[in-house]
Amino acid sequence: MQRQTTLGRIVRGTLLTLVGMFFLFPILWVFLMSFQTNQEILRIPPSIFFEPTLQNYHALISGRLETQTGTLEIRFMNNLMNSVILATSSVALSLLLGIPAAYAFARFKFRLGEDIAFTLLSFRFAPPLLVLLPLAIYFQQLGLINTYSGLIWVYQLITLPLILWIVRGYFEDISEDIEHAYRIDGNGWFKTFTHIAIPLAKPGIAAATLLSFIFAWNNFVFALILASADKQPVTVGALAFVTASGIQYGQIAASVVLSVTPTLALALYAQRYLVEGLSLGAVKG
Amino acid sequence: MATEAMTGAVMDGSKRPLMRQVLPYLLSLPALLVCIGILIPFGTAIYYSLQRYNLAFPMTRGFIWFDNYTMLFTDPSFWHTVRVSLLYTLYTVGFELLLGLGIALLLQRRTLFNNIMSILLLLPLMIAPAIASLMWRLMTNPNFGVLSYLAGMVGFTDFRWASAPSSALFTVVLIDIWVYTPFMMVLLLAGLRALPRQPFEAAELDGVPQTFVFFRITLPMLTPYIITASLFRMLESIQQFDIIYAMTQGGPGNTLMVFQVTAYLERYQYTNVGRSAAILMVLWAITFILSNIFIKQWLRLREKARGIA
Repeated sequence: MQRQTTLGRIVRGTLLTLVGMFFLFPILWVFLMSFQTNQEILRIPPSIFFEPTLQNYHALISGRLETQTGTLEIRFMNNLMNSVILATSSVALSLLLGIPAAYAFARFKFRLGEDIAFTLLSFRFAPPLLVLLPLAIYFQQLGLINTYSGLIWVYQLITLPLILWIVRGYFEDISEDIEHAYRIDGNGWFKTFTHIAIPLAKPGIAAATLLSFIFAWNNFVFALILASADKQPVTVGALAFVTASGIQYGQIAASVVLSVTPTLALALYAQRYLVEGLSLGAVKG
Repeated sequence: MATEAMTGAVMDGSKRPLMRQVLPYLLSLPALLVCIGILIPFGTAIYYSLQRYNLAFPMTRGFIWFDNYTMLFTDPSFWHTVRVSLLYTLYTVGFELLLGLGIALLLQRRTLFNNIMSILLLLPLMIAPAIASLMWRLMTNPNFGVLSYLAGMVGFTDFRWASAPSSALFTVVLIDIWVYTPFMMVLLLAGLRALPRQPFEAAELDGVPQTFVFFRITLPMLTPYIITASLFRMLESIQQFDIIYAMTQGGPGNTLMVFQVTAYLERYQYTNVGRSAAILMVLWAITFILSNIFIKQWLRLREKARGIA
């Protein structure tokens, strides 16, 4: 499309290298750091060549950290498990509740449906603390504070609007004629929904699932307010761990690596859907 | 709409008209429940914001109408919060837009290298902002942080990043840029690649200079995408909590006391529920206006994209 001069190529290459360094170097640096002992980390100038060690990961996974002053208990693996439980169940629940609702909003144009869809969307952009602070008091009274079920319920605020709006767009794109033809053959609406609509909307469902999982995994403020240490996900747990462990930098780096690996791996594995979901349904590639 | 009428006709002809009518409500019931789940605490927040309500002094609790708000608006520290939040939003969205647009233009052509690069550049966006802050805390550590080391090498021997009031805003803005520029990039790149080709081919045939093509063709056609992406980022940026809380908890001093961090500390450090709720209501009013503009813009763009597809 555009003519490329040699100079243009060099400028473009240099700029892209700088961009790549800015965005990828931090990940690489923390990754390398997680395989270093504290002495190696503190060496100046920073060392590029070192003997990789797994002791940081070992300490995190075994849950015991040996320091000069004694043994420190680490709950980090527990946090990691909580993240898995919270993100997976929230997304599963949202899919179960959200896909039928998305179908209803797309197929049956009804007033209440529009209102619900827009309320959910506009609260998606409201300050989370506005709802969370009063909710903490209600949760206390209902016995839902610091429970998985309470948290999974609140996580619907992140996952449900996303699934609803992305999947709804895909349902709207399916030609109704296909569904009618199937219905005229004598199939009920439920069979039409599960055999025609859902398979056709699969890319949208995949994109919404991936994106809502990542958002749920990365959420920080919900569990900060509604859970204590034993139910907190890695985002909150890692921060608490930093405060508790103080100068165990190698372990901090290892905890960062463990916290981000699931989302990074998922993103790379399913990148096709990622771009689709991230462009908010505004662009279909 | 024609399709609507058609659906109606088929529905009326079905065997169970009652079921047909109830079905959409049944299917959307869960979403409705979640909505109620949000609206009740939202109502409570409004109610709290009209009360003198401090957990430390339960006896003084009472209804005071808009006193929390008038107290906020006459308090310089609240205006500091407004100022910092707006500056944070302005800097982050501004730089992310410029950088995101630049990268999108660099990666516009669909080559294998560009595609791999655009996927790799998405990685920071997949990292939780709170965890990203931890990474940057490690990198800016004065004892071993690679960024402190590099800053020292270029002459800033005692650059203290987020721990100095003069550079704290710069540091958190930098982290925000690191995390969210990929979002701008991906949306603008998708937009660029979805643009019709004819105007560009015509310009090329006529030998129109590249700068002219960019400012007169590319930029105007990309504007709807730019507006949508910027509004979305503004909505998130003005409410930023994770990055700032994880980095400095609003410090040093009150340097980074943005809306949500202020409200959080007001509630959990000073136990002042009423004032905290009032601060969040002010923020909500801002986001409400922004989100209405955003949603309209986004739906229009979506319609347009669907028209082309």
